[in-house]
Order: sequence, then structure tokens, then C-alpha cells
Amino acid sequence: MLHVDGLHASYGPIEVLHGVDFHVDVGEVVVILGANGAGKTTTLRAICQMIDTKGSIQLGGETINGRSTTEIARRGVAHVPQGRGTLTDLSVEDNLLAGAYTRKDGEVRADIDRWFTTFPRLQERRDQHAGSLSGGEQQMLAVARALMSRPKLLLLDEPSLGLAPLIVKSLFAQFAQMNQTDGLTILVVEQNANIALDIAHRAYVLEAGQTVLTGTADELRHDDAVRKAYLGY
Amino acid sequence: MSTTQSVNESIGKGYAALGRLGQKRIISIGALVAVLAAFSVIVAVQHGFTLFLQRIFDGLSNGFIYAAMAMALVLIYKATTVVNFAQGEMAMFGTFIAYVFGHSLGIPTPLAIILAMLASALGAAGIERVLIRPFDPRNHLAVTIVTLGLFLILNSLAGVIWAYDNRAFPSPFPGRNRSFSVFGANLEWANLFTWLTVLAAVLLVSLLLSRTKIGLAFRSVSNSLESSELLGIHIGRTLQFGWALAAAVGTLAGTMIARTTLLEPNFMGRVLIYSFAAATLGGLDSLGGAVVAGIVIGLVQTMSGGYIGFIGSDLAPTVALVVIVGVLLVRPSGLFGSKRVERV
Ligand SMILES: Nc1ncnc2c1ncn2[C@@H]1O[C@H](COP(=O)(O)OP(=O)(O)OP(=O)(O)O)[C@@H](O)[C@H]1O
Ligand SMILES: [Mg+2]
Repeated sequence: MLHVDGLHASYGPIEVLHGVDFHVDVGEVVVILGANGAGKTTTLRAICQMIDTKGSIQLGGETINGRSTTEIARRGVAHVPQGRGTLTDLSVEDNLLAGAYTRKDGEVRADIDRWFTTFPRLQERRDQHAGSLSGGEQQMLAVARALMSRPKLLLLDEPSLGLAPLIVKSLFAQFAQMNQTDGLTILVVEQNANIALDIAHRAYVLEAGQTVLTGTADELRHDDAVRKAYLGY
Repeated sequence: MSTTQSVNESIGKGYAALGRLGQKRIISIGALVAVLAAFSVIVAVQHGFTLFLQRIFDGLSNGFIYAAMAMALVLIYKATTVVNFAQGEMAMFGTFIAYVFGHSLGIPTPLAIILAMLASALGAAGIERVLIRPFDPRNHLAVTIVTLGLFLILNSLAGVIWAYDNRAFPSPFPGRNRSFSVFGANLEWANLFTWLTVLAAVLLVSLLLSRTKIGLAFRSVSNSLESSELLGIHIGRTLQFGWALAAAVGTLAGTMIARTTLLEPNFMGRVLIYSFAAATLGGLDSLGGAVVAGIVIGLVQTMSGGYIGFIGSDLAPTVALVVIVGVLLVRPSGLFGSKRVERV
């Protein structure tokens, strides 16, 4: 589904990614691990062409370098950015409607109800401005909004950041379930390696802008370097 | 763990800042209301209630026009974070189109105005496509300078086509020059209809923004360009909608005022200054704020010009400038604007 080869990306004159290679197959959950500043966020931004890139990014067999962010979103890539990116001035419900902006089918309402059932907190706050939600509620909203587009590929940038452990657990359980029942393909970037490896099929390790290690989730879980750096034992 | 803590801390700080902002806003609005009320009581007692009411009516008639123009300015500002300096000239051009439809083609004035609003919307959509879209929407300076250029082009184009003669613009309303008396003060029917027309336009615009899909896209883009792109919203087309809507509202305002001022290529100049003042006072990104502030500015203009001898009608535009500078100094986000505006 997504093939990234020799990806370089820079902010102005400063190159941040120096050759990132990975792929995500249809129906997979893939996790990218990496320390602060390794380039995880930049990698996701590069996929959505929010910054200048070199190297090849293929989505469904087509090269998407140079396409607009809007167009990539319309091809079924939903991106939950780090810091969530909710539309703070809009109500919770309008955020969800905006998430379904590209859809033309008549089931948008049904989907809103589905996510309200999944996240009852959002239903209670449906008319509230998104900016007035708590951090965790905003994260739920950001995820629900991304799913409102019925994406083919979901990009998650540190969804566990700033959330209580219990919420993180239920959020990741949701991801796993959507992967299994809806066949949703997910690329998730995390520092919380434990929980991410639990739901992932495969994983990559990103260090200083380069992919340095890859394997199945199990292999990486038992890798000494990964254990020390990301699992903490 | 420390990340979590710092995130929570910054969220807490955010909430605290919001609380303070709310308090300051209430104080500013309260202070403004108190000053206006005190002034009203003094002049009403000194010069009589009838004259005071008359000034209120005159002020409202101006104020609703400024409200409409300020709304047009705010629509573009919300979408692009740029003040469209050509807004007045676009309205002037639209008013001339209405004039041509009515005067030369013999179309009844109300219909001519509606057709001119549509024509303005189309024209503005074209302007957005050709002159604005090539620029990165984040490059505010470039877009601002384009609107300044547009100001000059439209102004001289109108001069070339229609020359600088004063033309009478027909009133679209029934009951020409007739008025009725309220506690001794005169209120022209046409003025009353102007107020109602502007109120209807405000209602229509807010329904359009809150109830339609393109309205949702507009609100989304004005909230966050980046998030909107990630949602697959076409930024260019959405901004184009904002330009079209603003132009239609502007032309409506132009035709409402041309009835009283005579039409010529520079006739929107004064109106625009007051409307800028209104948009600034209202907070630049708040539609409701623009409308309320438009009415306030209209009242302030008539009251200060009417009651304070040395201001008269010559210095009245200066009052608008004082308001603009004062607001920017004391409260850059205006009375109703979001804090975001202060960043610009
Ligand atoms: N807007 C920017 N301009 C310049 N440099 C940037 C910008 N954003 C990120 N960088 C730099 O790029 C590098 C990678 O940043 P990135 O945000 O991708 O890291 P990350 O892996 O997501 O880290 P974290 O876990 O802290 O979110 C960092 O060294 C950072 O300083
Ligand atoms: Mg990051």
C-alpha cells in the first residue's frame, strides 16, 4: 500500500531525514519507533507532502511526491498529527463532519453515531468547541475525525502522548479492533513501544533520520538494543 | 512522564490565559457601553430627546452599511488572514454594475442589485483564481500587496469606463423619500428597509456558513489551513467562495449607500475607512463582532460629528482613525475577536 524508498526531507536548508526506507502492506499495523528528534513526525509529514522531500513515496503503486496534501488526503490517507490538529473553533460535531468532508455517501450520520458510541465523552460534548476539550478528549476527537473519512491508510503520530495509561490502552484496543474487523491499514509512530508493539505486525526503528532496524513486532521486542532504548528493561 | 507533565502544565496555562482574556473582553465591552451610555444621557438631557433620537436613526443608517462592509472585510480576513484593501473598490464596481443593469438595461432596481451581487461574486471568484491563488496563502504580505494593486486597478478602471461624474442611484425600496415620525424624530422608510436588508444579509451569511458543506469548509480553513489540507479540503476553492461571498455582501452595501451619497468611482472611500474601524473594533475575525461594531461606529460617527462642535463632518473620519489606532493599541483582538488575531 505504502512504499517509501530513500526518503530525504528538509526544513529549509536543514536536512532532517537522510534515507528512510519502509513499507506498509494492506491490512498491516506497522509501528515506527524512535527517540525525540529522530524524525518520526517529519516522516509522516513527508508522506502527506507537507514538507519538501526527495526519494520515492508510492501510495497504491503511484508516486505521490509533489502532489498536494489535499490530494493525498483525498486518496484515502488520514493523518492524526502530533498535537492533534483539531479545529479548535469548531464544535465537536462539526469537527467530525469536517472529517467526512471528502465523502459523498449517505452514511456520515451513521458513522458519527458509531464514534459517539465508541467515545461517549465526545457525544456528551458534541456542541462544545473542540478547543475547550481536555487533552485526552481532543486526542479521541482527532482519531474519530480521521476515521470519519473512512481512510485506506491511517497515520498516527504518537497517539499516546499526554494520555492517561488507561485511555492509551483503550485507544490502542480500538486501533487493533479496527485493523482486525475493518481491515484498516495503520502506520503508527510511537515512543510508547510496549503498547505499540502489542498491536503491530512489524516495526522499524528510526535513528537520526535513518531507518536502522526492522523486523516483526516479536523480533524487535526481543532485540536487546530495542529493549534497552524503548522498552526500558 | 516529564512530557506528560509539561503538556498538562501548558494546557493549564492555556486555560488560565483564556480566562483572563474573557475577563478583559468583558471589561472592554463594559467600558465602551458605559462611555456611550453616559455620553447619550448627557447630550439627550442637554439638547433634547428628539434630536438625540434623530441622531440615533442617522447613526444606525450609517452603521448598518458599515456593518455590511465590515462583514465583507471579515469574511476575507477569516479565510486569508489578510485585510482586503480592495473591498471598497470591489463594492464600488459592483454598484456601478447594478447602475448599468438598472439605468441602461431598464431592469427594476431590486433585481438589478441582486444580479449585480451575483456578477460581483463571479468577478471576485475570477480575481481570486487569477490574482490570489498563485500565491501561497501563508504569504500574507504578497496577498496584501495584491489587494492594494487591485484597489488602484479597479478605481482607475471605473474612472475610465464611467468617468468621475456624480450619478444618482435609485432607491430600491418603496415609499421614496417618505418618512414617519417616532417620538418626533423622522425615520425614512428607505432607511428602515436598509436596516432590514442588512440584517437579512447577516442572517443569510451566517446560515450559509453554519449550515452548508462549503460553509463548513470555510470555517475549517479559517481555523487551520494545515488541518484542512489533511482533511482533503480544497483550500483554493474554499477561499474563492469567501471572496465571492464577501464581494456580494460588499456590492449590497455599496448599493445601499449609493442611494444617499451619489455614485462615482471614489464614493466608497469614506465608507471603507469607517468599515475598517468597525472590523478592527469587532475583532477582524468575528462576523457578529463586525456587525455590532459597524453599528457602534455609525453611532459614534453621527454623535461625535453632531454634538461635538469642532469635529463636525470634516473631522469625523479622523474619529474612525482614532478608533482603529486606539483598538490596535489597547486591545488588538478587538471586542469579539479571538486571541489568534494578536499574532498578526
Ligand atoms: N519546523 C521545523 N523546522 C526546522 N527543523 C525542524 C522542524 N520540525 C522539526 N525539526 C527538526 O527535525 C528533527 C526531527 O524532528 P521530528 O519532529 O520529526 O522528530 P520526532 O521524531 O517526531 O520527535 P518527537 O518524538 O519529539 O516528536 C529535529 O531535529 C527537529 O529539530
Ligand atoms: Mg514527533
